[in-house]
Amino acid sequence: MYHKEKSIQIKSSASALYNNLSVLRIAPRSLTYFTVVHANVVNMVSASWDGLNFSHRQLQSKEGNIAASSSLIMQASWCVLPSRELLVLTSQKGIQMYESDGSIMVYWHALDIPETPTAQAVFARGIAAVRENYICVGVSSGSVLVFDIPSKGSNIMLSEVLEEHRESVTDMASECSGSQECIADLVTADDSGILCVWKSGEDFQLLNKIPGFDVCCSSVKLWKGTVVAGYGTGQIRLYEAVTGIVHAEVNAHARWIYSLDIAPFSGLLLSGAEDSLVRVWHLTLTPETNSVEIEHLYSECVTDTQICGAKFCDGDGYAFAVTGYDLSEIIRYTQA
Amino acid sequence: MSSRTLPLLFINLGGEMLYILDQRLRAQNIPTDKAKKVMNDIITTMFNKKFLEELFKPQELYSKKALRTVFDRLAHASIMRLNQASMDKLYDLMTMAFKYQVLLCPRPKDLLLVSFNHMDAIKDFVRDAPSILNQVDETYRQLIEMYTALSGGEFQLIRQTLLVFFQDMHIRVSIFLKDKVQNSNGRFVLPTSGPVPCGTQIPGMIRMFSCTGEEVRRLQFPSGGGYTGALREGSFQMFGERVIKLGTNMYSVSRPVETHMSGTAKNSAQHRPAHQQC
Repeated sequence: MYHKEKSIQIKSSASALYNNLSVLRIAPRSLTYFTVVHANVVNMVSASWDGLNFSHRQLQSKEGNIAASSSLIMQASWCVLPSRELLVLTSQKGIQMYESDGSIMVYWHALDIPETPTAQAVFARGIAAVRENYICVGVSSGSVLVFDIPSKGSNIMLSEVLEEHRESVTDMASECSGSQECIADLVTADDSGILCVWKSGEDFQLLNKIPGFDVCCSSVKLWKGTVVAGYGTGQIRLYEAVTGIVHAEVNAHARWIYSLDIAPFSGLLLSGAEDSLVRVWHLTLTPETNSVEIEHLYSECVTDTQICGAKFCDGDGYAFAVTGYDLSEIIRYTQA
Repeated sequence: MSSRTLPLLFINLGGEMLYILDQRLRAQNIPTDKAKKVMNDIITTMFNKKFLEELFKPQELYSKKALRTVFDRLAHASIMRLNQASMDKLYDLMTMAFKYQVLLCPRPKDLLLVSFNHMDAIKDFVRDAPSILNQVDETYRQLIEMYTALSGGEFQLIRQTLLVFFQDMHIRVSIFLKDKVQNSNGRFVLPTSGPVPCGTQIPGMIRMFSCTGEEVRRLQFPSGGGYTGALREGSFQMFGERVIKLGTNMYSVSRPVETHMSGTAKNSAQHRPAHQQC
């Protein structure tokens, strides 16, 4: 179904971090941007669609003005809002927001760092753009920070802190179908597997808390009101966001899942795990019976690679890209 | 990342160092009492109370250079002397061995069982020296107290922190090459068969449910590997079987020459294996 394309080389290898690949498609310029985290550096590549031009940039984890410190980066992700696109980096020290090409840092939010290190690590992880003007970021304490983003400029404000998670936030996702009919806008996940479903607004409203079973949920997606969650046991679960009803349970991988992605137009689901497999699934919604079905379409073994990032490159799922620990390339697959 | 990583890094690298030294002492036919003295002196230093107190405080990992200095000193805590080249080989070998264990451990939490395998072996090295054994047991208790309550997610963060530390190290080790667990480019072979980790089901099953929670449909798909059911969970107590073998001594007497190593993958222009003994 898919065949391997020419890989994109990156300047330094990918670290073993959840969701360690972000993809941004810039249609007007026929370009795709990729970011991959390596320790305290973010590798950024822009690739032209004809496959002829690649340009590289590396972003360091600068802490405000302190350039000397080298805190490790946990995640880098593009956030697409109707008015603008930002590149968000989360690290042990705080949250950085850049213009989408990585050229200008527009905002820096420092985390509260105790003077002597505590047993509980401090970091930010889990990034999502929500509706018109919000970017949400998770923190190791379990807090979810909500930033209000103006349509231009750097007047970004921390507007709310959501305190529902008791464990470190792992990932979060906003509704990706673009449908205005869905009630839930955001789902957040944590180390204990608890999922919180939110409605955005001036005050974010908790719609539902789906219990975990003490297994880390490392990657989560929200599509047409369905939560897709990937776990440390290699399982994928499908829940109805608002009610928490389980639609499906998939014994998907033999190891810890690191990344999920959804192609919103086709309902294709991508999963990548430490077992070196990347799998493509198809989700079908039947509104009449209020049911969701999932079937397996395709698997690819990336030999001897613990996968840490897997993302579709377009809304139909025509192509996807994969990164793995210690690998200095982005491997691409395209539908035959 | 995780501020609880350093004790595990130190104990496991130290454990690997002791395996190699023990094997070298035997291969070189050093008299038993002399060899025992070397091992005991190094283990006494490794489990020094003050040093471990510092080690167990929450902190970032040491830099690569600082950690190397710690092990240079530890290796020279006895009358045994290693030249620079031997020390380099020793350090490369113990580092790659632990990288392999971190990468391959089935669940992040199994890192603790890997550490316990090392600790069990260290206890066996000093079984005739009660005061040193006490020191080791004290650390054992600290490990159990600090780590057994951590969640899978917290262990994954520790594992990810270790993997950043070992990132881009692709030194080829002959024992791994011979066992076909390492490729000639220095990358480790990841199996797609064998037992799945505890708590994981063999991939291949989709179950779908109705709104009332009844199972309405079951689908199967090819797992893409030859997986078998999980083994029973190893013991997280001071005693008991650990079940997993990672972290046990791979340098048995019957494999005496296995500490030879070949050059790093980065210097792959020179593919001649450098047979240097420690």
